[in-house]
Amino acid sequence: MYPVAALPPSSAAEHDDTAIIIDHVDKHFGNVHALRDLSAEIHYGRLTGLVGPDGAGKTTLMRILTGLLVPDAGHATLAGFDVVANNDAIHVVSGYMPQRFGLYEDLTVMENMHLYAQLRGMDAGRHIDLFTKLLDFTRLAPFTGRLAGKLSGGMKQKLGLACALMARPRVLLLDEPSVGVDPVSRQDLWRMVQALTGEGMAVVWSTAYLDEAERCDSVLLLNEGRLAFAGPPGELTGRLKGRSFRLEAVGAQRRAVLAEALDLDTIGDGVIQGAGVRVVLRAGAGPEKIQALAGRVGARLTPVPARFEDAFIDLLGGGPGGTSALAERLSPVELTSDIAVSCHNLTKRFGDFIATDNVSFKVHKGEIFGLLGPNGAGKSTTFKMLCGLLKPTGGEAHVVGLDLRRAPGIAKAQLGYMAQKFSLYGLLSVRQNLEFSAGVYGLDSTTQRERIEEMIRIFDLHDWLSAAPDSLPLGHKQRLALACALMHHPPVLFLDEPTSGVDPITRREFWTHINGLARKGVTIMVTTHFMDEAEYCDRVAMLYRARLIALDTPDVLKRDAASADRPDPTMEDAFIHLVETSALTDEVKI
Amino acid sequence: MFYHDFRTMLIRLRAQFIKELLCILRDPRNRVVVFVPPLMQLLIFSYAATMEVRNLDIAVYNQDTGRAAQELVWHLEAARFIAQVHHVHSNTALREQLVQGKVIAAIAIPADFSRTVAVSGSGHAQVLVDGRRSNSGQIVVGYLSSIARDIRFTADTAPIPETSVTVRHWFNPNLVYLWFMVPGLTGTLAFFSALMITALSIARERELGTFDQLLVSPASTLEIILSKSLPALVISSLLALLMITLAIWFFRIPFTGSFGLLLIGLVLFILSAVGIGLVISAISMTQQQAILGGFVIGVPTVLISGFATPVENMPLLLQWLAQAIPLTHFLIIIEGCFLKALPPRDVLANLWPLAVIAFTMLPIAMIFARSRLQ
Repeated sequence: MYPVAALPPSSAAEHDDTAIIIDHVDKHFGNVHALRDLSAEIHYGRLTGLVGPDGAGKTTLMRILTGLLVPDAGHATLAGFDVVANNDAIHVVSGYMPQRFGLYEDLTVMENMHLYAQLRGMDAGRHIDLFTKLLDFTRLAPFTGRLAGKLSGGMKQKLGLACALMARPRVLLLDEPSVGVDPVSRQDLWRMVQALTGEGMAVVWSTAYLDEAERCDSVLLLNEGRLAFAGPPGELTGRLKGRSFRLEAVGAQRRAVLAEALDLDTIGDGVIQGAGVRVVLRAGAGPEKIQALAGRVGARLTPVPARFEDAFIDLLGGGPGGTSALAERLSPVELTSDIAVSCHNLTKRFGDFIATDNVSFKVHKGEIFGLLGPNGAGKSTTFKMLCGLLKPTGGEAHVVGLDLRRAPGIAKAQLGYMAQKFSLYGLLSVRQNLEFSAGVYGLDSTTQRERIEEMIRIFDLHDWLSAAPDSLPLGHKQRLALACALMHHPPVLFLDEPTSGVDPITRREFWTHINGLARKGVTIMVTTHFMDEAEYCDRVAMLYRARLIALDTPDVLKRDAASADRPDPTMEDAFIHLVETSALTDEVKI
Repeated sequence: MFYHDFRTMLIRLRAQFIKELLCILRDPRNRVVVFVPPLMQLLIFSYAATMEVRNLDIAVYNQDTGRAAQELVWHLEAARFIAQVHHVHSNTALREQLVQGKVIAAIAIPADFSRTVAVSGSGHAQVLVDGRRSNSGQIVVGYLSSIARDIRFTADTAPIPETSVTVRHWFNPNLVYLWFMVPGLTGTLAFFSALMITALSIARERELGTFDQLLVSPASTLEIILSKSLPALVISSLLALLMITLAIWFFRIPFTGSFGLLLIGLVLFILSAVGIGLVISAISMTQQQAILGGFVIGVPTVLISGFATPVENMPLLLQWLAQAIPLTHFLIIIEGCFLKALPPRDVLANLWPLAVIAFTMLPIAMIFARSRLQ
């Protein structure tokens, strides 16, 4: 019907290499302004990153480009077709992989592929070689008979990609393809996408991980529905040339040093990197003050290349200060034992499936301890057993010396818990949520009033007290969740994926509080699949396929992964290195 | 120390109680399930019930010209439940009216009616009732009987009666549909509201992830179950009391029994419904499952309870099953308290099964809520 669809992608770039034109696109959902007057271009033969935190408008833009949403104002064309007027053509020339690809879990890999071929109006029997090519490309050939529901997160994404590629689209739109995918499979996805752009296809990869932006040829950086930057990522990071530094080997006082650095007026942003502190100077500021700080604490200050995240935060006007008003108010934690959390041979089976396999570790008082691993690695299960939400099949878990499954109510007041999604009562107002948290921990009415007022002041919730938590901006939602979890000043805090999808500024603010708490002796247990975030931890337990494959400080883990061609590996490199060297080789590599 | 523990427990309970109450009252889904059906159904049923016994047409073939016959016709024309009296002049026309469904009953007054009345003090008129509308028909016969009684005649329902049978309905002499419908409906609707409020309660928290938050807090499972039971108990009981008030003041249904006993019965009954609802909720992972579970349990419960069909007519197995259903017992209590001044002994006989059901279901809910942790 549309001859253009039959053309091989490589011949697409005849005269003009513009694949997508976005022209003053605007979109509202009720009161939410999802996209504000957005204009941009996307080109063939390039990998374009659509980058931004949750709620920036990435998915909305994707859905407009695939003709699933109609913009309120403005136009968009994809491969020369207007997304509204030529809606049918859009479906032919584009391939779209939504966040949760619609795979039929009860069908096998091959059956899913046949089904998508048929949905695309293709005669599956006549495309044997296409299937072979796709299976080969995605390395799924050994698993054609497996049910899609039994695939790992990474393999599901690859199968989704194979199905989206079925009709040989000229434009491929991938909505957060790397979410829930382990680092090894993520590498695979990158390799595939790069091969496709090499053939001339336009690929749009949306992501909330800013480090992924650096791998793209071109980036559209979205923030609150606005285009914050468009162009090659190097152009943005180039603006920060000579402004990123690392204070090396600060060691035990790194949290204090970070707090002090962030409070300097010359520093716009800073994070902990293992035993070091990474800082970014504000535009136009000199390095003298940070130099002085480095000298005072006896740390070496080395210039480091700028990262995309540095540039993003700089674009937003810098991160928050380093002092946590919350931690200031807290009195230091006293515990009878130095061991705050421990587990011994912890095992959990769900039927035949082993979610946690023989995990043992000890966490010291005041330590920030990370459980790191891709989705499905068993970190949530381990975490839930530690705080008494799941009963172990074998082994023991103790928090401040107590088995929380059997501990009386009073003992449970020793721990604070912040769940993965913001688990607040959506039907209660912000104030009522705070009151509930204070009440359910049995604080007496005077203390309740004091603490609630304190939290409102510290977290700046004043203007939101009668609002529903769901209507809060993401940053405030997280503040509220943290306020509720800390209302009773627990000596041990459990955080389950606290910052997934949160914008980097909010994440900085969150970690400022966590660092402050740790300095007061609060023990922090945190799970994350953000490899970068693991840098904040004192020690990291790496989980992969239910097993503990490594447990050490971030620096040691990274050092072990260092090689001649990779002298300064990231946590992600360290993780891939560990997976590759452990006996648990990725099944895709059979 | 004990006092301190107890006090903090009360603080925790209070916080959870407020939270639960706010969640129930603010959840649009809950509001629809809890408040709309009871009030709507009460109105719909009462309206439907009015339709059945009022505004009816009747045909009369009066072959007599005497005073007694005329008096009977006047009474019929004045009767509240009759909209219009059609006068016909042949037996064929009378039959025609009935067959075509224009009237629900046809009365043939024989030519010697007044004479017989004058001689013996009573007379016979033939009443033909449309058997296709048997319920309304029976009620009409009841009405006609009472009219006849008023003017000292008897109305015969058989064409050639050998002995004239007068049916007298105890406790509800006019068989007013509303009289047994409204108390029964009160029980059924209160049951559903308690069942649904609680069925949604744990499932909602589980779906939204707040249940984990609650489980890691110092609140014990007992406290969680208590704090989920009490608001549902309060809301559903108030709802039932509102319906009882409407029954007495709006529908003018005589209340003859002991209000205190009814109140005790109501509380135990709602508690048992709360227990069943919490068990459903503890098993469900999502609100959708909980709603489905509520209906899967709720609808057969109402059918077996004797609300629509008498339990005595059911197969033995179902009769036994009916004893395990709280609604069965409460229907006996509430209908008894309204219409027949049920003596305390009979109320008690139905109170203890309610207590047994309530205090078995609540611990089961607790066990399920806890065992889901594994």
